[in-house]
Amino acid sequence: MLGNEAVARGLFEAGVKFISSYPGTPSTEITEYAATYDEMYAEWAPNEKVAVEAALGASIAGARSFAAMKHVGLNVAADPLFTSSYTGVNGGLLIAVADDQGMHSSQNEQDSRHYAIAAKLPMLEPSDSGECRDFAKAAYDLSEEFDTPVLLRLSTRVSHSQSAVELFDREERELLPYKKDMTKYVMMPGPARGRHVVVEERMQKLLAYAESCPFNRIEWNGEELGIITEGIAYEFVKEALGDKASVLKIGLMNPLPAQMIRDFAAKVKRLVIVEELDPVIEMQVRAMGIPCEGKELFTLRGEYTAEMIREKLLGEKPERLDYPEKIPPRPPVMCPGCPHRGLFYVLHKLNLTVFGDIGCYTLGASAPLSAMDTTICMGASVSAMHGFNKVRPENAAKSVAVIGDSTFIHSGITGLIDLCYNKGTSTLIVLDNRITGMTGHQQNPTTGYTLKMEPTPEVSIEALCEACGVKRIRVVDPYDLAETEKAVREEIAAEKPSVVISRRPCALLKGVKKGLPFRVKADICRSCKRCFQIGCPSIHMENGKAAVDDTLCVGCGLCAQMCPFGAIEATGKEEI
Amino acid sequence: MANTTIMIVGVGGQGTLLASRILGDLLMKQGYDVKISEVHGMSQRGGSVVTYVKFGDAVSSPTIEEGCADYILAFERCEAARWLPYLKKGGTLIAADQRIDPMPVITGAASYPENIFDTIRSLGVEPIVVDSVTLAEEAGSAKAANVVLIGALSRQFRFTQEAWEASIEAVVPEKFRELNLKAFRLGRESEKVKSDETYIMSS
Repeated sequence: MLGNEAVARGLFEAGVKFISSYPGTPSTEITEYAATYDEMYAEWAPNEKVAVEAALGASIAGARSFAAMKHVGLNVAADPLFTSSYTGVNGGLLIAVADDQGMHSSQNEQDSRHYAIAAKLPMLEPSDSGECRDFAKAAYDLSEEFDTPVLLRLSTRVSHSQSAVELFDREERELLPYKKDMTKYVMMPGPARGRHVVVEERMQKLLAYAESCPFNRIEWNGEELGIITEGIAYEFVKEALGDKASVLKIGLMNPLPAQMIRDFAAKVKRLVIVEELDPVIEMQVRAMGIPCEGKELFTLRGEYTAEMIREKLLGEKPERLDYPEKIPPRPPVMCPGCPHRGLFYVLHKLNLTVFGDIGCYTLGASAPLSAMDTTICMGASVSAMHGFNKVRPENAAKSVAVIGDSTFIHSGITGLIDLCYNKGTSTLIVLDNRITGMTGHQQNPTTGYTLKMEPTPEVSIEALCEACGVKRIRVVDPYDLAETEKAVREEIAAEKPSVVISRRPCALLKGVKKGLPFRVKADICRSCKRCFQIGCPSIHMENGKAAVDDTLCVGCGLCAQMCPFGAIEATGKEEI
Repeated sequence: MANTTIMIVGVGGQGTLLASRILGDLLMKQGYDVKISEVHGMSQRGGSVVTYVKFGDAVSSPTIEEGCADYILAFERCEAARWLPYLKKGGTLIAADQRIDPMPVITGAASYPENIFDTIRSLGVEPIVVDSVTLAEEAGSAKAANVVLIGALSRQFRFTQEAWEASIEAVVPEKFRELNLKAFRLGRESEKVKSDETYIMSS
């Protein structure tokens, strides 16, 4: 089972009652799998901060609770995270954070282990799906015993790898009694000072616990070479070195077992720390005065491989074949029929400054659309545009911010309020494709369905923008290039804040009817390649003329609108 | 027994994930320790994608390094060339004879390599080339090309046809079952795949 599915199984078995998360690759499937168990309440929150606060509330009420997010999501949730360390828990609380070494689907590759140290929280780090289940389940006993939230650190290769998992039954648990206690749950200065004492005492107890806890273990294979490693790096070490090295595998990342490390280091001739991203273990080992090697051998960037470890430590390198010619890169692209394509073509055509955001539409930055100037983090499109245009007021008529429906709810609203409240005149385009797209189709507050697919009132983007103070709000269909261009031109020209809602469901969404594929009439096509400007993967050249791949085309008709000679037309061919 | 390593490479949207799930289901049921590593999210949108499948008595790392893949199952020509450095010396390359132009080729910023399979042959690797789209269309839909390729891969192993088909039935939604079983059989049996019988694995 997938690592994420195994985490969900661990939650189920631990008797978890409440789950609140915001989707983010590679963490998303934990909550999706958890939602398939009827015994657990599970929801998508509007953002990670809300998710952690809701989970902490459920914990205070006496339930075992959970929240999941990706690494950058933990930045959003950092505020409640740090104070939850002070309040502690009632029912156990586990917060999973999935890092994305190699940035397969992220804007940075920060190392979440720093959060555990900074917030003074225990952090568990599994290496495979079996440990995902074991650690997620065991975390609840740890959480309740030490009165602390626990962090579970995952990574792309742990979350999205499948391996065997042993299953057990659910241990059903009654809610623990709730007792009003302002010294524990009301974190104003007086009580918080008292709780800081508790936090430091807890860290001391956890330090003692780390020495004998079941999460750390030593695998002895001689004294020549000793490796300290954790998480997915452990699997690479085992693959590369097998029985050629003794290994101290760290499962409890924070706090580290100081005595265990000293004893291990004393017994081996050469000590190497193998950890992806930052030297979090290495710095602590060095601070103990123990000589070791680490980042002078291994990179601070990206994913490790067994090959890399074999090469650095054993000097072995496998033979490899090289393809002698240059192979064209294949960056990800918007899907055929993607509703974002038409909108981005218009932005490209008008040569606007485009402040981007996080979602599928970030692909609008790639050629040939090339219609994006910035992408920073969730919600930063509208707020960065506001700042930019305040110091360059003339740019307001030549720029837009683009943001998806889910990202707008996540943290775009506050930026729009900033813009309206502070008398900005910029234009925001909300790309409403009726779903959270990039992470694989999650419901959100604007779609009218919950995570468990129950109907629920939908948040109206129009009403929300109006309430923020926007008077100029209009809705366009991005499949209609002329209408979309007209709306964008008028709204950027207006000296008022305006919102254009570019609304059409994601082409991959279940229930969205595919149109008939289009075809190029080769006798009319003049090979001008104008249809290539929309960057559709189903259009290519064939025998010197444009051609549409009818296995990919979903009949959005944008290419036909591009052709000045009327050479592209709908076919009568039935969809397969 | 040393672990066996398979890489499934292709273009996001071609169904590499489904192929790896069929393989994973089969190998689990055969009692192997199996690890599969896949990538979701941004990279799935029409980009170059890779799934690693490893099985044997005990598997540690879920990923495969350069020069270490026993098999590469490539869903597209240019992807076969891209991932070739991962093939182990003496390993087997099964490749679809399908061309999908990457966006830089469509925009004219790069060109698509010509005669890829001839170049690969000149490096001493004899690829098993599968006309997967034609066979899939024969089965009923070009979209089943992924399962045609699984059929072609199945010839490399001693697992029974029944075992493969049971895993296809377990993984594929019911309404596409017949289509996919047909696609699998075409991939497994077609003359177009039978380039060499000596690759059958002896474990």
